[in-house]
Amino acid sequence: MTTTTIDEAPFIEPSTTAKRNYINDEYGVMSWLLTRDHKRIAILYMISVTALFFVGGFFAFMMRLELLTPEGDLFTSDTYNKFFTLHGIVMIFFFLIPAIPAVLGNFILPIMLGAKDLAFPRINLLSWYIYMIGAIFGIYVIVTGGVDTGWTFYTPFSTQYSNTHVFATTMGAFITGFSSILTGLNFIVTVHRMRAPGLTWFRLPLFVWSMYATSVVMLLATPVLAITLALLMIERVLSVGIFDPALGGDPLLYQHLFWFYSHPAVYIMILPGMAVISELVAAFTRKKIFGYKFVAFSSLAIAFLGFLVWAHHMFVAGISVYSALVFSFLTMFVAVPSAIKVFNWTATMYKASVSWQTPMLYVLGFIGLFTIGGVTGLFLAALGVDVHVHDSYFVVAHFHYIMVGGTVMAYLGGIHYWWPKITGRMYPEWWARLSALLVFVGFNLTFFPQFLVGYVGMPRRYHAYAPEFQVLNVLSTAGATVLAAGYLLPMIYLAWSLKFGRRAGVNPWGAVGLEWATSSPPPKENFHETPVVTWDAYDYPAFLKAMKETQNV
Amino acid sequence: MAQSHHTTDHSDHVGHAPAHHEASLTAYFVVFFALMVFTVLTVAASRVNLGVWNTPLALAIAVTKAVMVILWFMHVIHSPRMTWIVIISSFLWLGVMFVLIFSDYLTRAFNIF
Repeated sequence: MTTTTIDEAPFIEPSTTAKRNYINDEYGVMSWLLTRDHKRIAILYMISVTALFFVGGFFAFMMRLELLTPEGDLFTSDTYNKFFTLHGIVMIFFFLIPAIPAVLGNFILPIMLGAKDLAFPRINLLSWYIYMIGAIFGIYVIVTGGVDTGWTFYTPFSTQYSNTHVFATTMGAFITGFSSILTGLNFIVTVHRMRAPGLTWFRLPLFVWSMYATSVVMLLATPVLAITLALLMIERVLSVGIFDPALGGDPLLYQHLFWFYSHPAVYIMILPGMAVISELVAAFTRKKIFGYKFVAFSSLAIAFLGFLVWAHHMFVAGISVYSALVFSFLTMFVAVPSAIKVFNWTATMYKASVSWQTPMLYVLGFIGLFTIGGVTGLFLAALGVDVHVHDSYFVVAHFHYIMVGGTVMAYLGGIHYWWPKITGRMYPEWWARLSALLVFVGFNLTFFPQFLVGYVGMPRRYHAYAPEFQVLNVLSTAGATVLAAGYLLPMIYLAWSLKFGRRAGVNPWGAVGLEWATSSPPPKENFHETPVVTWDAYDYPAFLKAMKETQNV
Repeated sequence: MAQSHHTTDHSDHVGHAPAHHEASLTAYFVVFFALMVFTVLTVAASRVNLGVWNTPLALAIAVTKAVMVILWFMHVIHSPRMTWIVIISSFLWLGVMFVLIFSDYLTRAFNIF
C-alpha cells in the first residue's frame, strides 16, 4: 500500500472559499435560531449533541471512579443507580440517536443529492426545537435529583416503586422521539424527490442509502416508543392497568413494546455510522466500494431484520422457550448484512492506495471494534451463552463496542472528514491522529477488561463488587481516563482550527461526491448552478472528468 | 427544488385515475352509508353469543370499516403507488409486531424440552 498525502491528492485547488457562504450570509443570533438552512441546523445540532455528550460522559466518568475500588465508597447505591440511568438516557436519546443523522446527515445529505435544502426546511428546524425541549426535560431531571430506573424504564419498578423523576424523564424521551421521526421523514422525502438530474438510485453515495434505511427505522419504530412511554406514564400517573398484573396488566408487554423500538434503535445508531464509514473507505482508498449494491441493500436488510430480533433482550425475562428459540435464530440473520459491509469495506482496501489521514484511522478503528462488538453480539444471541452472561459486564462491553467503538468512532471520523467542508478549514493532522490513537487505545483499555470481568461473573449496575474483580476494573477506569483525553482533544484543536486552520479548498481529500464539487464552506444554496450527475458513485475518473469540464473545482 | 420533477415518475399512479380525479360525492355517501350499516352490525353482533367467534367477527367488521375509511375517506384508492407501499409496509410492520409478540404469549404452555 502506498500513502498519499493531502498535498499529493489530485484536483486540489488552492483556497477557493466563496466570499459568501452559509456562515457569513447572515449575522446575529436570530439568524441562527430561526434559520431554515439545513447546514446551520446541523451546526445547532452539533453544538447541542456535543454538550450532551459531555454531560453523559460526566456520568460515565463518575461511575468509573466509583468502580475503582470494590467498596461502594464514593456514592451511595441510589446515587450510582441514578448515574448509570442518566448516562444511558443522555447518551442514547440525546447523543447517539441524533448525532450522525442530525449533524452529518443534515449537513451533507442534501448536498450529496445536489439539492438546495431538505424537502421540509421548517420541519427540520422544528425537529431541532423538539429535540431541545426534550433535552430541557432531561436537564431538569438531572438538576432536580435524577432518575433511577435504568434507561429502559422497566415496569413495575418505573410505574410502581421508583420515587424519582420517571414522568419527566419519559416525557423528555417521548418528546425527543418526535424529533427523530421528523428528521427521518424529511430525509426520506428528500431522497425520493430532490435528487439532482442524473442522480439515479444506484448512483447515490452509500451514505445516502444507509441514511435512508435509518430514516425508515426512525419512522416505523419511534412511534412505538412514544406509545409505550405514554402507556407507562398513564399507568404511573392514573393507575390504569396496562403493565401491572395486579391491575390486569402484563409486565412483559412493556418489555416487548419497549424493545420493539429499542432494538431497531440500535440500528438507528449504527446504520449512520456505517453510512459514514462507506464514504471514508471510498475516499481514503481512492476506489469504488467493492460490491456497491450489496452494501446498499445490506443497509435495507439491516433495517428490516433489525425489527425481528427484539426479544433477545428478554431471554431470561420469562418469555416462552419457543419464542426465545425463534428470536435467537432470527438474531443470527442480522449478522449477515453487517458482515457483508465489513467484508466489502475490507475488500475495498485490498490493493488500494490507502492514505492514513485521521478519518481513515477512525475507519480502521470502527471496522475492528464493530467486528468485536458484532461477534460478541452473536455470543449473546445464542440462548445458552446468554443465560450465563446476561446482565453482566460482558453485555456492557458488547454494546459499548457497537455504540462507542462503532457509532462514536464513525461520528468522529465523519466530523474530521467533513470538517473542511463544514468550516472551510483543515484541522491539525498530527493532533487529530494523536486523538484517534488515544480514543482507540483508551476505548479498548476501558471496555476489553469488561468482557473478561463480565464473563467471570461481575454483574452490571452495582456500585460495589467482589475484590477479585478489582484489577480489571482499575484497568477499565484507567482506560476511561485515556478515552476522556481522546475526546477532549478534538474539542480544543477543532475550535483552534476555526481561526487558525489552513484553508481547505473545494476538495481537500480528492474525494468523489457532490459535496466535494461545491465551495468550502458551501454557499447558502449549496450550488450556484444545479449540478448534473454523469458519474457513478465513487467513479474517480468520471468525476474528475466531469469536474474539469464544468470547472466546478 | 426546481429539478425535482426530473426524477419523479409520473406514471406511478394506481389504476388509470390521476390524483386530481377523486371519488365523487356519491361515493362518499355510499361509503358513509356502508359504515353506518357496519356500525349497526357491530351492535347487533355484540348481542349474539357466537362463542369463540365473538372476537373474530367483531374484528372482521372493524377491519372492513377501517379499510373503507383508508381507501375512500383517506383517498388512498386514488393515491400513487408509493402511498400504497407506505401503507402496506406500515401494516406489515404492525403484523410483525403482533405475530412475534404472540409467538411468546401463545406458546408459554409449550413444553418443547
